[in-house]
Amino acid sequence: MKLNMVKALNLALRQEMERDRDVLVLGEDVGVDGGVFRVTEDLQRRFGSQRVIDSPLAEAAIIGASVGMALYGLKPVCEIQFSGFAFQCFHQIENHAARYRQRSQGRFHCAMVVRMPYGGGVRALEHHSESEEQFYAHIPGLKMVIPSGPRNARALLVSAIRDPDPVIFFEAKGLYHAAREEVPDDPEMMPLGRAQIVREGRDLTLISYGAMLRVAREAADTLAQEDGAEAEVIDLLTVAPLDRATLAASVQKTGRAVIIHEAPQSFGPGAEIAASIMERAFLSLEAPIKRVAAYDVPFVGFARERATVPDVPRVLAAARETLAF
Amino acid sequence: MPRTPLEPRFTIEHLSILDSDGNLDTALEPDLPADELKRLYRAMLLGRRLDERMVRLQRQGRIGTFAPIKGQEASQLGSVSTLRPTDWMVPSFRETAAMIWRGWPIDKLLLFFAGFLEGGQPAPAQHDLGITIPVATQLPHAVGLAYAAQYRGEDAVVMAFFGDGATSEGDFHEAANFAGVWHVPVVFVCQNNQWAISVPLKKQTHSRTIAQKALAYGFPGIQVDGNDVLAVHAASREAVERARAGGGPTLIECVTYRLGVHTTADDPTKYRTDEEVAEWARKDPLTRFTEYLRKKNLLEDGLEAQVDAEIAEAIRRFEATPPPDPLAIFAHAYAELPPDVAAQRRELAERLQAPPPRRADEEHPPAPPMRGQRMTRR
Ligand SMILES: Cc1ncc(C[n+]2csc(CCOP(=O)(O)OP(=O)(O)O)c2C)c(N)n1
Ligand SMILES: [Mg+2]
Repeated sequence: MKLNMVKALNLALRQEMERDRDVLVLGEDVGVDGGVFRVTEDLQRRFGSQRVIDSPLAEAAIIGASVGMALYGLKPVCEIQFSGFAFQCFHQIENHAARYRQRSQGRFHCAMVVRMPYGGGVRALEHHSESEEQFYAHIPGLKMVIPSGPRNARALLVSAIRDPDPVIFFEAKGLYHAAREEVPDDPEMMPLGRAQIVREGRDLTLISYGAMLRVAREAADTLAQEDGAEAEVIDLLTVAPLDRATLAASVQKTGRAVIIHEAPQSFGPGAEIAASIMERAFLSLEAPIKRVAAYDVPFVGFARERATVPDVPRVLAAARETLAF
Repeated sequence: MPRTPLEPRFTIEHLSILDSDGNLDTALEPDLPADELKRLYRAMLLGRRLDERMVRLQRQGRIGTFAPIKGQEASQLGSVSTLRPTDWMVPSFRETAAMIWRGWPIDKLLLFFAGFLEGGQPAPAQHDLGITIPVATQLPHAVGLAYAAQYRGEDAVVMAFFGDGATSEGDFHEAANFAGVWHVPVVFVCQNNQWAISVPLKKQTHSRTIAQKALAYGFPGIQVDGNDVLAVHAASREAVERARAGGGPTLIECVTYRLGVHTTADDPTKYRTDEEVAEWARKDPLTRFTEYLRKKNLLEDGLEAQVDAEIAEAIRRFEATPPPDPLAIFAHAYAELPPDVAAQRRELAERLQAPPPRRADEEHPPAPPMRGQRMTRR
């Protein structure tokens, strides 16, 4: 079946709910409305309002109640309508979902998934366009997953639901309808914590994830055409735990790395990725590692979004500087 | 030890003065001067006409997503019109009519919805906060403003707006609790429009009214017919006067209805029936107020054309806005840009100076619109 990312995610939810009665969905507008992006479309009709719950408007209680359900043994897949509204439940995620296993010394744990749309490119108002993966990636006890297309979105969501630890699952709004891809009918999984090399190359490593992966790939194509440089492109898929081995092996080969993300640069995932490469591949480095990220300013208004979100020319400039170093 | 009922017992009132059939309770009718009535009516009409115009602008891609107000004009204007300019108004995201009453230029609001932060900058002397999108998060700010006014010995009152859905958020309850404990001059105006996107009130709260939530925090709550501008005005005036006199906070629940879409990215046919909408359309706040003014002989000829011309003029000003200067993204991030952010600004400036090396296929393709959104030409 050729599916866009919305439909692919919907398929994962439906099949996991069919497979496991403990899986349930809750959030704002996920039931009758099928989610504001339609990811949970039709699930309430199929599985009933006890399993697909239109919650009151309260992110803290959505996550807090999910923690309770998870402690009891259910597997809640909650939706936060936009990642910009997850600060309202950040304490439940950080204080509890991430820590229960440790706090209870293994007696309890929170096998739950928190899905949220993130990222820009949709001409939306404040809090509807930002990228906040760095906050979650920083929290011990959590996993932070960001797919880059329909097929891996479906497979990663299945893995996230079956994972025994809490998983924050970011869905790039700009990718929801961007492309359709062949998605197999039978459930497919992808291991969490494993990056993928989506283009092989020997001259430079471009590292990205989510909606920025397309930017990295386009830059790699241009580098090949115009500069005769072959860039290796790595799709992280899981931001945390980071697949440090894949990153290091690639840079040991290429000697150069550029990291691209939509989150603001300072203290973002790029910093951790760069540090990790330094630790494992320092002697292979031919040039300083570069980051192409959003500038360190709060939301800029969608009329000016392109001034700060990384684009192909910016990645090309960074890549060329790195290659020429 | 028996069970003893505690005093005082609580009651919640519902206030209606002018009902949808045009019946008027003359004993409760506020003594508003003719000029004030005409001003209110004009603002309601402007709110309605602008709303309809903005939906078209959005469909044409000239502005982005916004939250229409159709049906809620009386709730917004009956309440905000009881404030003095020196009082404070704290909106959420669906208060276009109230914001215009408070002096926001229409073209500035349009600019905001076209993705320019400039549209969110209040005028220097304006005692208004801007649009707040995270539901209920503005309510503690209102309490803080009210505390500050009291602390300074000034008699300003703060009026804060929010929806029925917002009453489920912790921030609402925390704000109400602080307001009660601190006994500050704040008026919470809940526009209970029956829906929070697709979630109906009965799935939002198991309370009989929203007004009664105030009682838990130790201050009065009242429910009013939110489509009756006279009732909203009367209840608001009472609350504002009490607050100003040191009587503390009030919660006003305006029972109203969102006649239009939640935002222009929403499809309400998924979750509510046409019959329900039609029934509320019968209770339209504008129709009933028009009839009231007609009986008083206060309807002005040509008002609609006047209002449309004002809107058209504002749209012209808005469309004349020069294209965004990308460097402006750094203008207000900090009082003084830290050196590393200043370096980012320089990088952007250099990128903008550089001859455009971009081929068409290197450009970002236009972003896929959110459901219901259209592409823009701006
Ligand atoms: C904290 C937060 N969560 C979710 C949203 C997304 N959202 C925007 S408006 C809305 C419903 C608000 O309902 P209500 O408070 O009744 O106000 P109304 O839209 O009806 O005016 C939701 C869920 C948000 N803006 N903020
Ligand atoms: Mg509402």
